[in-house]
Amino acid sequence: MKRFVAVLVCLMLSVAVQLQAKEFTLGLSLSTLNNPFFVTLKDGAMKAAEGAGVKLLVTDSQDNPATEATNIEDLIVKKVDALLINPTDSSAIAPSVFKANKAGIPVFTVDRSANKGEVVAHIASDNVAGGMLAGEFLVKQINAKGNVVELEGIAGSSAAIDRGKGFNEVIAKNPGIKVVSKQTANFNRAEGLSVFENILQAQPDIAGVFAHNDEMILGAIQAAQAAGRNKDIVFVGFDAVDDAVNAVKAGDLQATVAQQPAVIGELGVKSAVDFLNGKKVEAFIPVPLSLVSP
Amino acid sequence: MADTSKFKERLQQSGLLIFVLIMATVLAVMSDRFLTAPNLINILRQASINGIISVGMMLVILTAGIDLSVGSILALTVVVTADLMQQGLPVPLAVAAGLGIGGVLGFINGLLVSKVRVPPFIATLGMMSFARGLALAYSGGKPITGLDEGFRFLGTGVVASIPMPVIIAFLVLLMGYVLLDKTRIGTYLYALGENKEAAYFSGIATGFYTRFVYTASGMLAALAGMILIARLDSAQPVIGRGYEFDAIAAVVIGGTTLAGGEGKISGTLLGVLIIAMLNNGLNLINVSSFYEQIVKGVVIALALILHGIVRKL
Repeated sequence: MKRFVAVLVCLMLSVAVQLQAKEFTLGLSLSTLNNPFFVTLKDGAMKAAEGAGVKLLVTDSQDNPATEATNIEDLIVKKVDALLINPTDSSAIAPSVFKANKAGIPVFTVDRSANKGEVVAHIASDNVAGGMLAGEFLVKQINAKGNVVELEGIAGSSAAIDRGKGFNEVIAKNPGIKVVSKQTANFNRAEGLSVFENILQAQPDIAGVFAHNDEMILGAIQAAQAAGRNKDIVFVGFDAVDDAVNAVKAGDLQATVAQQPAVIGELGVKSAVDFLNGKKVEAFIPVPLSLVSP
Repeated sequence: MADTSKFKERLQQSGLLIFVLIMATVLAVMSDRFLTAPNLINILRQASINGIISVGMMLVILTAGIDLSVGSILALTVVVTADLMQQGLPVPLAVAAGLGIGGVLGFINGLLVSKVRVPPFIATLGMMSFARGLALAYSGGKPITGLDEGFRFLGTGVVASIPMPVIIAFLVLLMGYVLLDKTRIGTYLYALGENKEAAYFSGIATGFYTRFVYTASGMLAALAGMILIARLDSAQPVIGRGYEFDAIAAVVIGGTTLAGGEGKISGTLLGVLIIAMLNNGLNLINVSSFYEQIVKGVVIALALILHGIVRKL
């Protein structure tokens, strides 16, 4: 009898858990599906939803904040249990976040954050970790000694601050490496070219360059090629844009740091499910990056 | 009267020249790499893009206008030219198409200013947004990379140890000099900038010359763009952002007044060199990116203050 009760309780519990899990429906509002990055993010989220046994409703804002607002309204009307939002614009999304807050639906932001409104967690790439990844690769390639150059992004932008921070943390641990020049090229290829031309003039001996994005490193490579110094220098970029991936294949660029959109989508769904199951969720969930190198 | 104005002009020019020399001395003291032949050639090569754009900008400013659209026109023309080349169009045709588009967009600026009487600031601000949007739409926001090797000679070629961009920029400056100082058109442009009504009533086709300067500015922006993408081996729709400010700064530092009717090509050349030297020097002495903009602002202000003092003499 005791045994029977125990089995019964177990059965009921498992049914209850299953029922509860089946009840969850998540809404995912994506800024655009016209960009492979977000398509991959969506695929990652769908896979995670399948694995967790939750329903996922995906909407496409087509990079239009008005479409986005109506899509999110629809999701709120459908009474989703949690909203994952990848905003078209961090400011324009605020009214939609407020609406969800009012309806008592927990909001998670994915890849791009929201400037206003209550958000449970923000899931995005960890730019600091990406900078460290780039730094570690560069250190290894130049055997932890020599002069390196850092081409910075737009002064004050969060990507430039975080990527630079991670990179410099790694460099600081290697006394054999000296950052001989640290200049901004504003995330821009033409400026990457001219700034690195100038640095080539100032520095007769450069072992490696890290740029906060691929555009700048691609400009720097052109400068080094024109000066006939590209073979002596290790180039590391960030973002893994098509041109950079091609340059890695061609051997012109040694590495670039890539975001993992599928993992962003996956962690988004996981955090939402965790939160709905009553688990504690961190306010920022950093997604690791990966290195693209031959 | 003619004598005093000539004297004033000389004084202005020498004032700028002295400023350039002071700047060069300071930079040479701060970096032993500054005054080396490779670096000086490097500065000239970097100055050539802004130099070409600035000649067009100067023509426009001489007529009391302004052209804010040069950076965007440059972007649209380079993505179109790069795309046409990748589709297999012969290089000269693709380049001609780019220059043609630059000219047409400039001509539209000129029409808006001369026929529709839109203030130049507004007309070219509209074109700035329009051409940038077209560049983004045409390219789908993506860079077009991998250009024809022959085409790349425009940017990477060297003739008699002088880089091609420098040769082209020199020719453009020379043409600007001949146009302004040796032809009647130059006289008309100065007259137009000084007093449009008076110029009109003395029989100068003010509308025609207004369209002419904007067309020239658009075409020169396109030409500068060709050289830039030849150097980069890639055309991006976001290229050339802010180039209008570099060109306006060079022209105004060079002594051309925004009110129109006054200015010399030699001054514009010095203005272009000051900006290029400044960018180069800041990189050489590794000034932090936060202070870079402050230093740039201060140096440009100093050049303008000096210019103002000399003008009052």
